[in-house]
Amino acid sequence: MTEWEPVIGLEIHVHLKTRTKMFCACEVVYSDPPNSHTCPVCLAHPGALPVPNLVAIEHTVKLGLALGCEIATRALFHRKNYFYPDNPKGYQISQYDVPLCARGVFVVPKPDGDQEVGITRAHLEEDAAKNVHVGGAGGRIGGSAHTNVDFNRGGTPLLEIVTEPDLRSAEDAKRFLQLLRQTIVELGISDAEMEKGTLRADANVSVRKQGETEYRTRTELKNMNSFTHVARGMEAEIERQIGVCESGGEVVQQTLDFDVATGTLTPRRSKEEAEDYRYFPEPDLVPVEPGAELVERARAALGELPGTRLRRLEAELDFDLAEGLVTSGRDRLYERTPGDRRAVANVLMNELAGAGIAPDAVDGEELAKLVEARASLPRPVFAEAIARSGDEGFRAEPYLAELAVTDAGELGPLIDAILAANPGQVAAFRGGKEGLLGFFVGQVMKETQGKADPRAVNELLREKLAG
Amino acid sequence: MIDTLRLTAEEAMGLLERKEVSARELWDAYRAAIAERDSELHCYLTLVDEPNGEGVPIALKDVIGTKGIETTAGSKILKGFVPVYDSTVARRCKDAGLVTLGKTNTDEFAMGSSTENSAFGPSRNPWDPTRVPGGSGGGSAAAVSGGLAPWALGSDTGGSIKQPAALCGIVGLRPTYGTVSRYGIVAFASSLDQVGPTTKTVRDCALLYRIIAGRDPNDSTTADVPEVELPEREDLRGVRIGVPKQMVEAEGIEPGVREAFERTLELARELGAEVGECELPLSVEYGLPCYYLVAPAEASSNLSRYDGVRYGLRVPDAGYHEMVMRTRDEGFGDEPKRRIMLGTYALSAGYYDAYYGQAQKVRTVIRREHADAFERFDVLVSPTSPTVAFELGAKTQDPLAMYANDLLTIPSCMAGLPGLNVPCGLSEGLPVGLQVIGPQFAENTLFAVGHAFEKAIGFDYVPERLR
Repeated sequence: MTEWEPVIGLEIHVHLKTRTKMFCACEVVYSDPPNSHTCPVCLAHPGALPVPNLVAIEHTVKLGLALGCEIATRALFHRKNYFYPDNPKGYQISQYDVPLCARGVFVVPKPDGDQEVGITRAHLEEDAAKNVHVGGAGGRIGGSAHTNVDFNRGGTPLLEIVTEPDLRSAEDAKRFLQLLRQTIVELGISDAEMEKGTLRADANVSVRKQGETEYRTRTELKNMNSFTHVARGMEAEIERQIGVCESGGEVVQQTLDFDVATGTLTPRRSKEEAEDYRYFPEPDLVPVEPGAELVERARAALGELPGTRLRRLEAELDFDLAEGLVTSGRDRLYERTPGDRRAVANVLMNELAGAGIAPDAVDGEELAKLVEARASLPRPVFAEAIARSGDEGFRAEPYLAELAVTDAGELGPLIDAILAANPGQVAAFRGGKEGLLGFFVGQVMKETQGKADPRAVNELLREKLAG
Repeated sequence: MIDTLRLTAEEAMGLLERKEVSARELWDAYRAAIAERDSELHCYLTLVDEPNGEGVPIALKDVIGTKGIETTAGSKILKGFVPVYDSTVARRCKDAGLVTLGKTNTDEFAMGSSTENSAFGPSRNPWDPTRVPGGSGGGSAAAVSGGLAPWALGSDTGGSIKQPAALCGIVGLRPTYGTVSRYGIVAFASSLDQVGPTTKTVRDCALLYRIIAGRDPNDSTTADVPEVELPEREDLRGVRIGVPKQMVEAEGIEPGVREAFERTLELARELGAEVGECELPLSVEYGLPCYYLVAPAEASSNLSRYDGVRYGLRVPDAGYHEMVMRTRDEGFGDEPKRRIMLGTYALSAGYYDAYYGQAQKVRTVIRREHADAFERFDVLVSPTSPTVAFELGAKTQDPLAMYANDLLTIPSCMAGLPGLNVPCGLSEGLPVGLQVIGPQFAENTLFAVGHAFEKAIGFDYVPERLR
């Protein structure tokens, strides 16, 4: 029996980090009271005209280069026409057939080789305002008592990235998104936080029999606000579609919302007719012509991209550790921390990650001293040192002074005293209840306030109990 | 005693400079003229009660946004709308010390050739109040002709400055696209709209153009403008004047208009110009139909913002979509509705290539044809309007006959070129206008040529019945 093969393409929206909106001088602030950052342009007053934000254009060019795209020498803005309260002009300024960036390939390293994901396009557009439907039916405009519109978000710069349907599993899609996110963050063009909505991913999903060359009908998944949800949503949809196909049904083209709490997919109400956006070139703007100088400056500033670094690190670690370091943004700290590579990587991915320390703030040389002394440091001391490692002017020395007690001469009398004080447990241990060893270790650690080296204590205890 | 019918703006400036009259006296003189004649002519939609400066008064077409002064664009949907910001041209006029008298009547959203499409009733021609003043800027032209303003600003999309100037026997300039900011002008068709002066003399025209022209950071489609030279010369020696064959042979040119035009050509030769024939076959054949695809297409999108959500008319109804439909149904008159439908159709999926896309290609051809003509000629001339002012109601039942008014003004508008109307005689006691078209940014040439014609023709711009 042939296996089913998922086919996935992604559409990603990224809120760009700029001081002002895409086409006016209003500040980009989402947290302020509603409608406190508005002007005639973003409220679409009669006669207002858009003026493009050059920083947003540079950001887009940077990302386009990182995604291996061709940068248009003469890109166009188009108008996408539709009526909605959050769309004050009655059209959204977006890009259509000549986007700033197109035809890229983003290489995503996988354990078994590189995956090349085609980038159809990356373009700039303005975000809509925020509708808040008050009263009535479940947050929708139909049936609500009234709708409040907050235009603070209206007209903020939004980057849209569309991939080719090159992904073949939910896991691959998640891996792609994580690497893309890291790339975006490193370029400094967005915070790209899914939980905060500054990075949003929609997925087009279909399934086909392995070996088929045509694509089957796809559905669109929306509303997935973390990498885990993206993967779970897609898995659920893939499973659903396979079920439909195997029972002889046809997948219906529709848009589905993934409900994180219940893990279910709910179709959005389908429109009676397909939307006709009547795209045409925005006559209020001249074509965007990113000069060769701008492009070259952006290219020079790119640096070594996460995917490349991942492959480089993989050579000295393993794939999972390398991927973890790179996609969590810890690999640069890893590289500036000398010492045993695996030990450093493990500390970064476990203790440092667990303590929530921002890697950029950490001095690699000092951290290296901690990693090296880890085995001989009392656990609480090591944990405390890690927790402080991001502090300004952090030094490892004070912590290294508190080396664990390993000296048998010091530990011996202590252990003797403990054994003498617990004759019942000693007898039980010697009678075969070896699990009691932990009890004795605990007693020693208590007496030494955790400073005894557990390995030395274990050895000494076994020796004395055997005797 | 200030004779507002005869006084030019340049003369008014002189009177103020020499302190022969005060700004207040000047203002009062125009207010008195308005009180006397505007009930008949209906040039103004809004009058300003108190002068806001110490300079020469000016009237502004009601598509020009004015902070704190109602701006309706002749539409019920904007009745009562008071802009929160000044358009760049209004701001420049203020900065130059000009004092706003009021806002002049216009066909609704500048869509029309007679002001009969104004939601607030038509204006009338000072030469014969049973006739139209032309449009859409009929209010501005009639105000200047009737002595109700020393000068005025209009806006021109396909002839809305040049044609009313012709029909009212005054001077009107549609500047090169991109020389005057559109910021704050209620948009009709963005790729065609240009603001320009309506004046009694060519020198006034140059003076006002000097005030309003120039690059504006708020309008990305503006460019740097050559310094404006006030015309002095009274001959046309060495000037090469082209007469587009297809324009002068166009159907529907009245015999009286043709005669006045021929006399002007004779005069040109006497003044030393070289007059020759040129060809604009495609521009004349396709200019009008292309215009009626491009302009409505852009208008359909530009007028989407009037949705009742944020400002202007709102007709309440049960839901959002019902409210938008009722607001637009009751707020827009027949002509905007007709053009919104035409434009929506022209942009629709499956029709774009055949209509809007094709029209844009033809526009390139029109540009090239004009550019070819300017290889051999400094300016091109034709009658501005095929007819003299027609009677109110004569064409209101026949939109196509109304559209044909703009047959001769539209081609150069489609090419983005400047055009000047200079009165060149009378036919049946009504003014005939000469259209002088120049290459891009050749306003100074137009002023020089127009000024020489004006001096040689000696046309009296005061309507006969008011002398």
